Amino acid sequence: MSRRKLSRRQFVAATALSSAALITAPYVRGAHAAGKLSIGFWDHWVPGANKASTDIVNAWAEKEKVEVQIDYIPSQGNKNLLTIAAEAQAKSGHDILAMPTWWPHAQAELLEPMNDVMDGLIKQNGEPNGTVKYLGQSKGKWLAVPASVGSQIKGPCSRIDLMKQHAGIDVQALYPAGAPPKADSWNLDTFLKAAEACQKGGVPFGIGLGETSDNVDTAGAIFQSFGAALVDEKGNLTVKTDAVRQALEFYKKLISFLPPDAGAWDDSSNNKWLVSGRGAMIMNPPSAWAVAKRDAPQVAEQCWTHGFPAGPKGRYAPYLAYFWGTWSFSKNKEAAKSVLRALSQSDAIEKMCVASGGYDLPCYEKLTTLKVWQEEGPPKGTLYHYPNPHNHQTLSIAAAPAPPKIAQQIYTQATLTKMCLRYHKGEPMEKVLAWAEGECEGFMRS
Amino acid sequence: MADVVLQPNRAATSKTVGKRGSLHKMLKRKSTVAFLMALPLILLIATLVIYPAFYALHLATLNKSMSRFVGLGNFEFLFKRETFWLVVQQSCIFAITAVIFKAVLGFIIAHFVHNIPAKGQRKWRGMLLVPWVIPPAMSTLAWLWLFDPSYSAFNYTLSFFGIGPIPWTGDAYWARFSVILVNIWVGAPFFMIMYLAALKSVPDQLYEAAAIDGANWWQRIWYVTLPMMRNIIAITTLFSLIVTFANFDIVRILTAGGPLDHTHIFATWAFRIGIEGSDIPLGASVSLFMVPILAVAAIFILRDISKRGNEA
Repeated sequence: MSRRKLSRRQFVAATALSSAALITAPYVRGAHAAGKLSIGFWDHWVPGANKASTDIVNAWAEKEKVEVQIDYIPSQGNKNLLTIAAEAQAKSGHDILAMPTWWPHAQAELLEPMNDVMDGLIKQNGEPNGTVKYLGQSKGKWLAVPASVGSQIKGPCSRIDLMKQHAGIDVQALYPAGAPPKADSWNLDTFLKAAEACQKGGVPFGIGLGETSDNVDTAGAIFQSFGAALVDEKGNLTVKTDAVRQALEFYKKLISFLPPDAGAWDDSSNNKWLVSGRGAMIMNPPSAWAVAKRDAPQVAEQCWTHGFPAGPKGRYAPYLAYFWGTWSFSKNKEAAKSVLRALSQSDAIEKMCVASGGYDLPCYEKLTTLKVWQEEGPPKGTLYHYPNPHNHQTLSIAAAPAPPKIAQQIYTQATLTKMCLRYHKGEPMEKVLAWAEGECEGFMRS
Repeated sequence: MADVVLQPNRAATSKTVGKRGSLHKMLKRKSTVAFLMALPLILLIATLVIYPAFYALHLATLNKSMSRFVGLGNFEFLFKRETFWLVVQQSCIFAITAVIFKAVLGFIIAHFVHNIPAKGQRKWRGMLLVPWVIPPAMSTLAWLWLFDPSYSAFNYTLSFFGIGPIPWTGDAYWARFSVILVNIWVGAPFFMIMYLAALKSVPDQLYEAAAIDGANWWQRIWYVTLPMMRNIIAITTLFSLIVTFANFDIVRILTAGGPLDHTHIFATWAFRIGIEGSDIPLGASVSLFMVPILAVAAIFILRDISKRGNEA
């Protein structure tokens, strides 16, 4: 039996070679060479809409050799908010997480800046709308990337027939499909008269006064069209102003034409109101219309989504933005940024909008005229004006322009609808204003 | 010689046997066995209850952005808020009213069930426990449909009698009534089953003696049943009071605290502030506010129970 002797030189060479091989091995481009990425997307209301984002992410993952795990987190029961809070506390979780409206600002200190991603996207897709900048930016830093999925305008969705019959308003003539709006006469006075006429006709407008988002958004847009804000952008209290008083006076009149139980409405109440055929108008994205298409086609074919009425200080419509944020403690930030770029390409955005039946709304100026909104029906063109294609109205969010962390409290605590309800129930104006001022002072704690 | 050689070994052996013996004795002790058997539960409670409780305490001492220690600053802030005192008032109304009604209803129903012949009793017991057994989130959804602002099944029925429509969740007082009603509906079976167990343990001889002494129905309840059930009533009331003060699901699903914050209780308002409003330290402070009050109540009630136990 022969035994080969290993020389010292041979031993050193073999060790060096095997060490080099071991060290470089992970960089060999295998199936998941670029590591892992976990994503927490918002679970879409529209059946099948999640598939579009899954497909886009999977195509990207295959190209980039990244192992991806996607969780769809519902907003029912605020599960998405709980997830955000839990991950922020644990400093661990998804690499990308969908965050609604106020949450990028609420978690600003824990989010990875996205300026490098946004610079490129803005060049490609155009400027994002003002509300997205307000909600997504802090001191020049992009806190998260605006998501088309889940973003929406909560404008009026009117019944063509009932508005004609009871209020003598032809909403299709005001907002013709495929053409700019001819809605100069569509202001808060006309709106109030229409609300009264429809209430007398037994089909009141379905506008809620509860504490959930739909109710607050409508109140926010109406307050803004009077130029009324509770706190200005510098954080000063502006509750006791004429603009706020005018907005409250208007709301007091409006409430008398709304369903008597509007104070208890949540976000599903207006949808049910429209689908059941009991009302002539609601303020909602096309989700109620989409449900009507399935459950009450005779209602759906009479629905027309259009712009808000103008007030003395302009025409405002509530825009609710969703974002995709990456935690600063994420383990794969570069991959996260790369997939966010892929999800924000115009063709990807169009794919997701189509999958959502036109519900999703990109914030970029070049992407408000996609085919989906022109083609969706019945009736054809019902969603044409949904994405504000002619910039006919200013997109905003309730409680803006207050600093976002204060505005979030005003919004969450539904201070605006509570003020309207208190005043309507007979509380003196000055008492209502003093109460709101006290609340806002409390919201300013840091 | 052999003895001399064996001596040290024997000493060592007896020492080992002694040690082993004491370990054996300790393991055989009932208290040790009980402790070991309860250990998994103790560990579970430590992980899921004690740690989060201390963490909540820690959170309650931080500022809004959780970057600075503020001591009792959050509580100081809360005490100046009108809404906070509204929530304190409502939580007390909600918990105390609901517990009183649950106890009274549970007591009455327990008596009815106790008087049903043994053959059919199991069926009734099972049926009456259903509201308590269904997850409250699910049953409250059914109640939500019954109370729905626009399509209430109750209002539909009442309309046949020319009554209503009643704003079950739209008016502050009706909304309070509705959330308390659902809480009573969910919780009364727990009282019923506890009281039924207590009723069954009251010896028949006591009633026979009372009957011989000429006691009427009311006197039998007052002088025999109630004293015999005193401990179980105290424990059930304490337990239910704590659970009702900490209730979340019923109010959250039925009214979400509205209208105008008039049905918010500690847990729902803490959620609104902490999770929806991103002010976790203030939310933690709201949820911790009742802890000292309930702890004092628990100490007094439990002390009273153990005192009576010792007297017995």
